[in-house]
Amino acid sequence: MKALRYLARNPISLIGVLLLIAFALIAIFAPVIAPTQEFQMTPYDTPRAGFLATPQPPSPEAIFGTTEGQYDIYYAVVWGTRTAFKIGLGVVSISVLIGATVGAIAAYYGGVLDEILMRIVDVFMAVPFLIAAMVLTALLGKGIIPVTIALTTFGWMGYARIIRSEILRIREMDYIHAARSYGASDLRLILLHILPNAFFPVMVLATMATGSMVLSASALSFLGVGTEEGYADWGQFISYSRNWIIGQPGNPFQYWYTLAFPGAAIFLFVLSWNLVGDALRDILDPRHSH
Amino acid sequence: MLNYAFRRLLMLPVVMFALSLMIFGLQMSLTPTQRLAAYAPSPDFLKGGQDSIRRLIEQYGLNDPFYLQYGRWIGNILTGNLGWSETARQPVGTALTSLLPATLELVFIAFVPGLLLAIYLGSRAGIYLNRWQDHLIRFFTIFGWSFPVYVFGLLMLLIFYSVLDWFPPGRLSQWAQAVVTSRDFVRYTGANTIDSLLNGNLPVFFDSLRHLAAPVITLIYVNLANMTRVMRTSMLETLRQDYVRTARAKGLRRRVVELKHARRNALLPVVTIAGMELAYMMGGVVITETIFDYSGLGQFAAKSAANLDFPAILGFGLYFAVVLVVLNLVVDLIYPLLDPRVKTR
Repeated sequence: MKALRYLARNPISLIGVLLLIAFALIAIFAPVIAPTQEFQMTPYDTPRAGFLATPQPPSPEAIFGTTEGQYDIYYAVVWGTRTAFKIGLGVVSISVLIGATVGAIAAYYGGVLDEILMRIVDVFMAVPFLIAAMVLTALLGKGIIPVTIALTTFGWMGYARIIRSEILRIREMDYIHAARSYGASDLRLILLHILPNAFFPVMVLATMATGSMVLSASALSFLGVGTEEGYADWGQFISYSRNWIIGQPGNPFQYWYTLAFPGAAIFLFVLSWNLVGDALRDILDPRHSH
Repeated sequence: MLNYAFRRLLMLPVVMFALSLMIFGLQMSLTPTQRLAAYAPSPDFLKGGQDSIRRLIEQYGLNDPFYLQYGRWIGNILTGNLGWSETARQPVGTALTSLLPATLELVFIAFVPGLLLAIYLGSRAGIYLNRWQDHLIRFFTIFGWSFPVYVFGLLMLLIFYSVLDWFPPGRLSQWAQAVVTSRDFVRYTGANTIDSLLNGNLPVFFDSLRHLAAPVITLIYVNLANMTRVMRTSMLETLRQDYVRTARAKGLRRRVVELKHARRNALLPVVTIAGMELAYMMGGVVITETIFDYSGLGQFAAKSAANLDFPAILGFGLYFAVVLVVLNLVVDLIYPLLDPRVKTR
């Protein structure tokens, strides 16, 4: 109820929610909006219309135009929505699981174990994120699974810290003492009594991180270590536009479509997650109520 | 407080040790031939055919057990030999020190105005909570944050280079590059803006500013949201404090209270986040430098990572760990100066 009232007062946040719903619908109905064609190994292989080196402008056959190498931009933008959801939600949910486990163990058992786990978190925090992810992806090979593994490996620490501090805070509350006094086990205390109450701060962080993980994944593709050639992935397609965006002398906007469509897709996708995360943070933060 | 800062400093060797172990572990997944590059003092070293390479692998013990190899490797690094970078075609240490000024120049020129802008926008948003100014600022900053750096960078190139021809990519124009590398030009710092001023060469100064403009604007805009957000939240918190109400009750004007009393105290959390942000920028201008073909540490690190040039990657990792620890230390030391309450704790 509180959330609905907030949305009514904050039209910008409402836009975020609507955008997110729109992207979800595009992802679900991708096979209908951009039907797969013959000779594709998977639906994520973008069909190409020939092998011409220069991008071709939008036409009835390719309504968003084609990239260098004639990959169909419209198809890639539609199926790229699925790729974005897969990577964003995949990386964040696995990171939350790892982070929650590490944070919960550290907080609950404390002492030496806590110290060791938190120092490991410190070490991972001291790693330059994008470069580390690049190295790991370069070692593991191209594809969305290596990308997901790389981003998760260097992206779980924030959740461990939040979960740990939330547990330390909640552990001292009366209802936990009460639960313990009637004989609840450690595991039961953590899973049923403590973690659900630590849920909201994690949810805010996770929502915001979904957008930024999609950005990082696309940055990997842009830097040449992300998904395979021709995979329906926005970052990959933006990297195809790199050599063309300057246009030609006298006609700087000649190849506008190579950047405009995949660029707009990733921008709006990340924007929607950020707006929703921002709204969640306001709704859950008592300081913002007037 | 100092005690705490000292403990942080002690963490540095631990972090570095773990980092080196991590990177070495990744490196061990390569073949001995590929790893040989890490020991090469110069490129000629690797020219000599299969036999010579096999001999070198034996000589450097690249088939030895993990701990032996790690020990030798770390020993090399401790004596200051970071190895040879295939990407830069020079020793890693030389490459890092020659590229550092370029990155520092870019980061500081972007960081200071970015911080001031974030403080201004954040306090405005806090004062005008839930009114149109707040919504506008929030939308403007989240807009920038949602941009992939390279999409924004490509747009900048399209508009300011291709259409207007104001801000070209690279670090200097060809004529300016010739001036800078000429014998009369003294390289004091390696940062083009500072060096050109010290040499009294204004055309080169303006040329380097022209090249810096687009990456600087990109960095400021895409990084604005976080600090603005923290400033806004902190401002909201401060505006609820009793002393603010007291000041208002005494009859001080609202603006005076907001800007003089509240904003100063609201700055504290921003200091912490600004330190993090600066560290992040010093290690994370990877994409910005790549897009604008600005040859600094970020571009070098990205190329090295894509080429699996491990000596260079480790060098960059160690550099970043030092930056992180030093900046955290600086924040820890600045904090008690700004907030006297911290000392007594």
